[in-house]
Amino acid sequence: MELLSDLFLAKAAFIGIVFAITLGVAAYSTYFERKIAAFMQDRIGPDRAGPFGILQPLADAVKMFMKEDFIPANSNKWLFIAGPCLSMLTALMTSAVVPFGDTVTIGGTTFDLQGIDVNIGILWVFGIVSLGVYGILIGGWASNNKYSLLGAIRAASQNISYELAMGLAIIAILLFTGSLSTKAIVEGQQNGHWNIFYQPLGFIIFLICAFAECNRTPFDLPECETELIGGYHTEYSSMKLGFYLFAEYINMFISGAVMATLYFGGYDYPGIDFVTAQFGNNVAVFVGMGALIGKSLLFVFVFMWVRWTLPRFRYDQLMGLGWAGLIPLSMYNVVVTAFGILIGKPFTAGVVGVILLIVGLFVHDQLFVKKKIA
Amino acid sequence: MKLSNRTKVMEQGEMTLAERMYLPAIVGGMATTLKHFFSKPVTIRYPEQKRYLGPIFRGQHILKKDENGAERCTACGLCAVACPAEAISMVAEERKPGEEKLYREEKYAKVYEVNMLRCIFCGLCEEACPKEAIFLRHDTMVPVFNSRDEVIYGKDKLVEKMDQRYLREGLK
Repeated sequence: MELLSDLFLAKAAFIGIVFAITLGVAAYSTYFERKIAAFMQDRIGPDRAGPFGILQPLADAVKMFMKEDFIPANSNKWLFIAGPCLSMLTALMTSAVVPFGDTVTIGGTTFDLQGIDVNIGILWVFGIVSLGVYGILIGGWASNNKYSLLGAIRAASQNISYELAMGLAIIAILLFTGSLSTKAIVEGQQNGHWNIFYQPLGFIIFLICAFAECNRTPFDLPECETELIGGYHTEYSSMKLGFYLFAEYINMFISGAVMATLYFGGYDYPGIDFVTAQFGNNVAVFVGMGALIGKSLLFVFVFMWVRWTLPRFRYDQLMGLGWAGLIPLSMYNVVVTAFGILIGKPFTAGVVGVILLIVGLFVHDQLFVKKKIA
Repeated sequence: MKLSNRTKVMEQGEMTLAERMYLPAIVGGMATTLKHFFSKPVTIRYPEQKRYLGPIFRGQHILKKDENGAERCTACGLCAVACPAEAISMVAEERKPGEEKLYREEKYAKVYEVNMLRCIFCGLCEEACPKEAIFLRHDTMVPVFNSRDEVIYGKDKLVEKMDQRYLREGLK
């Protein structure tokens, strides 16, 4: 590709905009996290910096930068620095394959509102998310602190466990689409044929796994304060700690975008034809981009909502849920979906599958589980 | 022994299917937090907003004047004696002829000082006062001070201003 071609510039500008949106959302997630926590606890929350505390992220950033940047004496210095950088890098790279919108035509040139449309898009997401645990692992190991190391090990084993169920949940989606490209997955869901209607079970599995992959409550064992001080970022201070926290919020936003892409039709929204007819294609596409970001933000809210509702799992409960609960469930989901596609009625198969599952569990419960003695 | 008839016998047996799936409990918990999300906060923005603390709150001291604008305090020293924290000190002075408008009794306090660092706001001075001269206001708190020079409140800060009199219910 020529370095200064229109396409290159457009891609650069688009990636810049996506980065800006992602970072802005991540910065303001910290503020909304505290605000939502406050509202759920009947408090007011941060309101000192600017009107309604709207400048709080700025104040936090200044605080982070002004703090002493401490590197422990016996740590592995370069890995210690590389850890948060890697976390941040992988968090930002995931957004490359998320299709933020259809094509727009500006000045006679057609642009794709997507970083890269690789034909293995969803595998890219998986690869980068798997790499993301390296940032935590390296940081925890380089700290030379047993709490950090424990946190890092927990993060690693948790991510590996939940990736399996996540992958199996996605296989059901891929059965529908027949393509790994995220763009194709979204295009298969246009006009309200969102995958959530065909894959309710798959979506629940994916949502739970996304919580685990982002290290969010109730799966925030890698940084669980009550047991591990700060987990993998115990030894971190200043902006290196800020990077870890920032990466977590970016991951939340991006996983929201991925969930919207896979299950909620991506940039599809009700009335897209009307908007296209009234205001032209470009406006409709940009509204679609807004719709996708809105869906992602809704997921960010759900992440926070769950955080301030549920307590943390015990580690064996976490592993039990992952290996004994979600993986069999997602395998069942794959079978049901495949059967539904085979008979050509995926929607009916999805509903019947859920009903069968509940009935089966109930029957099993009646037959094999010891009852309370009244 | 039974203290009340409200004792509940708790039994922890095997969990039912719904309990083992956790999902109903999670949904219920999420509903609870969402309800609180939309409910009114119970906290307030404190320094800007203040709560009414009731008619008997013991705040900053005030030396009352009578309806003609004469100071009621006669420097008897009972408040200083009653004060458990020894926060009050005063210097008495005889009233000169022509000062009847200023001081109600024939003796008055030339200096009247309350050390706000010592004061424990117990209100015993208020109760000891035979002349109904000293009160702890229910509507004003002692403001935050940053240096020890501001701590001792003299008559300039304590005596009631006639243009903004302090009245509370039941007080003439």
